Amino acid sequence: MPGQNISADVIVIGGGNAALCAALTVREAGLSVTILESAPAEYRGGNSRHTRNMRTMHTAPTDVLTDSYLEGEFLADLLRVTGGQTDEALARLVIRQSPYANLWMRGHGARFQPPLGGTLHLGRTNAFFLGGGKALMNSYYESARKLGVQVLYNAEVTQLQLCDGRFASGTVLVNGVAKQFHGKALVVASGGFESNLEWLKEAWGPPADNFLIRGTPYNKGKLLRILLDQGACSIGDPKQCHAVAIDGRAPKFDGGIVTRLDCVPLGIVVNKHAARFYDEGEDLWPKRYAIWGRLVAQQDDQIAYSIIDAKVVGRFMPSVFPPVVGDRLEDLARAFQLPVDPFVKTVREYNQAVMAGKFDHNLLDDCHTQGLTPPKSHWAQTIDRPPFWGYPLRPGITFTYLGVGVTDKAQVKFEKTGVSENVFAAGEIMAGNILGQGYLAGFGMTIGAVFGRIAGAGAAACVKGLVNG
Amino acid sequence: MADLRVLDNPIAEGERILTICNSCRYCEGFCAVFPAMERRLNFVEADINYLANLCHNCAECYYACQYAPPHEFAINVPQVLAEVRGRSYQKYGRALDMGWVDAISIGLFASTALGIILDRGDSTRKTFYSVIPHEWMVGIFGALAGFIFIAQVVGFLRFWRETGESLADFFTPSALLQAAKDALTLKNLSSNGAGCTYPDEHHSNARRIFHHFTFYGFALCFASTTVAALYHFSGRIAPYPYLSAPVVLGTLGGIGLLVGPAGLYALKRKRDEHIVDKKQNRSEVLFIALLILTSATGLVLLGLRTSEAMPVLLRMHLAVVFGLFLTLPYGKFVHSIYRTAALVRSALESARSQNQSSGQSH
Repeated sequence: MPGQNISADVIVIGGGNAALCAALTVREAGLSVTILESAPAEYRGGNSRHTRNMRTMHTAPTDVLTDSYLEGEFLADLLRVTGGQTDEALARLVIRQSPYANLWMRGHGARFQPPLGGTLHLGRTNAFFLGGGKALMNSYYESARKLGVQVLYNAEVTQLQLCDGRFASGTVLVNGVAKQFHGKALVVASGGFESNLEWLKEAWGPPADNFLIRGTPYNKGKLLRILLDQGACSIGDPKQCHAVAIDGRAPKFDGGIVTRLDCVPLGIVVNKHAARFYDEGEDLWPKRYAIWGRLVAQQDDQIAYSIIDAKVVGRFMPSVFPPVVGDRLEDLARAFQLPVDPFVKTVREYNQAVMAGKFDHNLLDDCHTQGLTPPKSHWAQTIDRPPFWGYPLRPGITFTYLGVGVTDKAQVKFEKTGVSENVFAAGEIMAGNILGQGYLAGFGMTIGAVFGRIAGAGAAACVKGLVNG
Repeated sequence: MADLRVLDNPIAEGERILTICNSCRYCEGFCAVFPAMERRLNFVEADINYLANLCHNCAECYYACQYAPPHEFAINVPQVLAEVRGRSYQKYGRALDMGWVDAISIGLFASTALGIILDRGDSTRKTFYSVIPHEWMVGIFGALAGFIFIAQVVGFLRFWRETGESLADFFTPSALLQAAKDALTLKNLSSNGAGCTYPDEHHSNARRIFHHFTFYGFALCFASTTVAALYHFSGRIAPYPYLSAPVVLGTLGGIGLLVGPAGLYALKRKRDEHIVDKKQNRSEVLFIALLILTSATGLVLLGLRTSEAMPVLLRMHLAVVFGLFLTLPYGKFVHSIYRTAALVRSALESARSQNQSSGQSH
């Protein structure tokens, strides 16, 4: 339909968890809804396609969650990781709504399962999607198809016409052809700007050139920029991003989960000068993996190397890339083009500082170093049993925190005109309201699902209010 | 983006994709293949052949995969394992070239059909055994059944030997029971009740149901023949009345063997070609065709057994059954042997890893 305009009661921009939750909620309310997804069909779903679980409050064991996980503990976990940078009212809203969102998702074909192998520590708090995030997206899109939600792929929104914070229309390139779209309400659920290399560079400077992006190349943050340019309240720091240390050989985009390396706490990590720079055993890996992206980003050339020996092989999830293996430390240093003597010296000094203890990978054991800077607080074992294994590490950007301010009805707040009547935001684009920094595994999906439903319900109520009034 | 696939070597491609799968593990809840994969850190040919034969080709993992094409990792587990599986049938079966088998069976079928047409028939021949003496029938089909049995046992032994498991372990009652249960219910095609993603990305139990028709139809026909043989040796000579056990079992089985393969064929016509090994299409269609012809000719024979067409119909039915039996060890049928053996091994491994983890402190 070239040249034809797009019109629906509600326009949803984005194609991931939050967008689909919003669109399905609007459709359930009996209104017409069109989804504008910038990715092609096979890459639909934004970062949600790479996710695997959703943190969910529950008062009693469920089919997939053990024990209970109550509001107080959930909130305490959140406050701990964000250092208090959270809107507590919105956080409590998400937490309290999470079990209902989970049930509702099941009604749209979502299937859950007990935790995956190697993730038992999340079995109490996080409901895993059977088959992962893309399977969840497939269920949503299937439900959307059955309910008659219109989905346009390759639909990149380039402009929004807002008048005093009110949405009237916009321009979208569908397969490269410009079209106008109109709706009585708008839900923006199009994620952050993690794959926008220029914007990352603006925030981070030259080191951004060495960042790898874990999600699809379609998360460019176009709508975030449009909204901010049009005066939406900005939340968060553009420099804040969820960055983990991933295998340096991963592709520039979309490497997803398989590029992660879980061996960091089992050995030592050195930079390009063969020097250690942080306590590899500071805390349990699930609580620490998300700081390592930033740590590596702060090193020269944004590169580091995780070094282990034969003692710990088989104790971590296999990596998608084979390790670099050397029978002698010198071989490993040469393979990584590290200065050989300093490297051998770093390992020797570390080995000498290791105190005898009872190694247990699954708890904070008593294997630590003494008199070493930086120390290694747990799981410190000597690195002396060949073959030695090494993996290169790079910062892998999962998502960005910069977003737009929203109310508890998911309405976007504007600097000058205040709360918008008909512009709603959900998912990563507003997650910064709740997650100012740090990360809680599976919480992004909780925010997306809960706020997607709130935004959808708000948009529907807004349209119905217009009709009735 | 670079195409990382190893196009000319399914084993190398299998190793490549399984290494990626093993560091993702999102599909672990779908079927037995993924837990079996997770019990390994690396993959040699024996592992890949085993996993390929454990795979039921439901394709759920393909549609759920964040790394499926056009992603540069180009993960397509069902298709690669289908290719490995086809190759493994050749390896364990030392199969004749399928083209040759096709030719034999078609030739045999044709010559028998010709014989029937040339045979003017004798209208006085009213019983089956006056058309073909009972000893001949038993002799021919007994020899063929023996041949099939030996071929299957040899294939199984080759498969089992490659896994490195001991023959004694195969006869672990709990594992056999588990495998039988999984095979008889097609658990691995059920995706926890939702059904598999076949013939397209939407969940459906259609394939499982039609396979049940086929399998249980086959089993009922087998039961019918067995009961008839017992009858014969106890002095009750065919034809048997319509409400006798052999006829009732055979009729039900025949209907199953019509509905099942026809349904599977209809699904096959609609299936997503990305998830299959197209090279096996011919042998699959041949198997389906022979099953349908077997049941169709059998049911027609039953209906018209008192008519003058009986001798012709009997010869035709036997010719089709002969063709079916002859191709069994070389065609799609062999999947039942390797699939079941793989399920036994999966049950063994699963029990071992459970024992192991319950023995540890965490």
